[in-house]
Amino acid sequence: MKVLVAMSGGVDSSVAAARLVADGHEVTGVHLALNRNPELYRSGSRGCCSLEDSHDARRVADTLGIPFYVWDFSDRFHDDVVTNFVAEYAAGRTPNPCLRCNEKIKFAAVLERGVALGFDAVATGHYARLERSGDEALLHRAADAAKDQSYVLGVLTQEQLRRSLFPLYGTVKADVRAEAEALGLRVASKPDSHDICFISDGDTAGFLTRALGERPGAIVDTEGAVVGEHAGTHRFTVGQRRGLRLGVPAIDGQPRYVLAIEPVTNTVTVGPHAGLAVTEIAGIRPTWAVADPRYGTWRGLLQVRAHGAPLPATIEADAAGVRITLDEPAFGIAPGQAAVTYDGDLVVGASTIAGAA
Amino acid sequence: MRHYLDHAASSPLRDEAREAMLAAWELTGNPSSLHGSGRRARSLLEDAREQLADAVDAHPGEVVFTSGGTEADHLVISGAAAWGAEHGRPRVAASAVEHPAVAHAVQALGGAGVRLPVDSDGVVHGEGLAQLPPDVGWASVMWVNNETGAIQPIDGFVEACRRAGVRAHSDAVQALGHVRCSFTASRLDALSLSAHKLGGPVGVGALVVRRNAPLAVVSHGGGQERRLRSGTVPVALAAGFAAAAAASVAELAAQAPRWAGLRQRLVDGLTAVGGVRVNGGAHTSPAICHVTVDGTRADDVLLLLDAAGIDCSTGSACTAGVHQPSEVVLAMGLGEEAATASVRFSLGHTTTAADVDALLAAWPDVVARARGARPTQPDPGETRAT
Repeated sequence: MKVLVAMSGGVDSSVAAARLVADGHEVTGVHLALNRNPELYRSGSRGCCSLEDSHDARRVADTLGIPFYVWDFSDRFHDDVVTNFVAEYAAGRTPNPCLRCNEKIKFAAVLERGVALGFDAVATGHYARLERSGDEALLHRAADAAKDQSYVLGVLTQEQLRRSLFPLYGTVKADVRAEAEALGLRVASKPDSHDICFISDGDTAGFLTRALGERPGAIVDTEGAVVGEHAGTHRFTVGQRRGLRLGVPAIDGQPRYVLAIEPVTNTVTVGPHAGLAVTEIAGIRPTWAVADPRYGTWRGLLQVRAHGAPLPATIEADAAGVRITLDEPAFGIAPGQAAVTYDGDLVVGASTIAGAA
Repeated sequence: MRHYLDHAASSPLRDEAREAMLAAWELTGNPSSLHGSGRRARSLLEDAREQLADAVDAHPGEVVFTSGGTEADHLVISGAAAWGAEHGRPRVAASAVEHPAVAHAVQALGGAGVRLPVDSDGVVHGEGLAQLPPDVGWASVMWVNNETGAIQPIDGFVEACRRAGVRAHSDAVQALGHVRCSFTASRLDALSLSAHKLGGPVGVGALVVRRNAPLAVVSHGGGQERRLRSGTVPVALAAGFAAAAAASVAELAAQAPRWAGLRQRLVDGLTAVGGVRVNGGAHTSPAICHVTVDGTRADDVLLLLDAAGIDCSTGSACTAGVHQPSEVVLAMGLGEEAATASVRFSLGHTTTAADVDALLAAWPDVVARARGARPTQPDPGETRAT
């Protein structure tokens, strides 16, 4: 197969590329330039799209003897991911930009361009297992549960998955590093990236404040009494406990959490942990990783964040949306997060959480 | 087998250059040393200087060896600005289609830079030249454009400079060995050259400069090259450069028509596919063919040709491997889309008809595929929101 590998310059996509070469595929590496000013973004922590990462990816391609190019998707990334990230926070929601990038950039803009140029598939260093069954490509959790990234791929459709390859599906991270070491790749010991790549200093609140400005408002309790002030609702996410700086102590003496964010009235509502309990979740804009939408009512598992636990649930879906009833209450579920549904280890589909109660 | 059509980026080493360098590498000694070994190195260096001077029709005393074309350009632009600041002529003019070595050096001068506009072929306007501001001390117009191959009207440029009392410089990196190029006949005050564009080694070039040219010294140190350029001159590289220049100039009368024939074949074949336009107008280097391929990204054309074994260039600068819109194409007023949809093919001493034919065989499919890969809808990424 002619395979395009998205090479971030990290150890995972490097080993993914190496494996495809070893398997005899005709492999071409591309590094995606996603930041408009890559040289401005790099400081202490690692951003996934800096100049040094592009260099690291190129050196891996040299070692593997494959063609390598840098594709500039910085404008698309800015419009589809960064702008959306800021707008979602401004609307009081909690987006996942990695998921959005997979949906709009890596497995959309890049994939389409690759297919048009004659490539059969796009490969990445994500940890997830694709099982091909007839024409269908079924997305499963990776063997390394700690590294499983099926959640951030949960938003992909059959059409996208059919043209995807995840060569690291069955490997644990430690083995990937050992493999990189054995191949003589200098990235073998490169640290993992955990941050949002366009916020390389890790200060999300600061980034959002620079984008949205200070918007002071009130923090209220569930009775509506003002208990503090905030500099902007975008600095908060549902379930957050730290950084509330409340002037009035809780009557019960228990810690308080963000229960709701209301950007229209510029209000953050706080309350006890019990107030975060959610059993009913409404998801909008459903997508299906399986070939046929799983409409109707069925038993499955729900995951709402990248490294969250799978939660047993009853799922009811139609073309308009998904309603999920959890067996046990869950805490800290925020509008804007992706609700990815599983059947065992199989990713069934995803939707965006619009509301929870 | 690969087909190399990117000689304007770097041309393969000529045998004459290799032989000259092999002999010179054996020498011990710094050409600035006064002992026997030093004198032998100096002798070889001066041989190279004379050979290069002959090739470009200059006096040997006018040849200043540098590390390449970029350094030669820097010595002139920065040296001109520094001289002019002391002599009431602080501004430096340059055409809008200069190589970054000149363009960025002029940009670095800030308000002291003057931009000379070009027409849609990328050729400098006579009017711009006629209106050089009185505080301009030096002006720079390249001889052959590195992207489009357009030949600039050097005679008219020098004439306009003379009238205005302005010193004239030309970056002739793509000219020597490709078009007739005489420093003396041109009446220029300074000329930049590079070895590896004509089959010499990478890492050496020259500034050919009149002995009375008013330039401040911006390269400080031992002052080895007429005090204008400091640093030990690499004798072997200079010898390789001179040998390659001599050979390519000697061959020019035969090569130019051969390249012109290959280029015509290229032009005919490339434009046989609809929506492909050749840039640079009627007077171009016979060794450069620059085309805009409507509805493509130059990156994609390059990738597809690369996979087919054909080396070409997107013709403009890269930032961290990212192809930037061509400043040259933008200056020609052809628009942002053309600036990201243009590729350059360039010929050299090793180019054969088979290279051209391989490209033409792959061309229709490459263009069709590249067109399929560029979004037909206005790409939101193509227009910056902020």
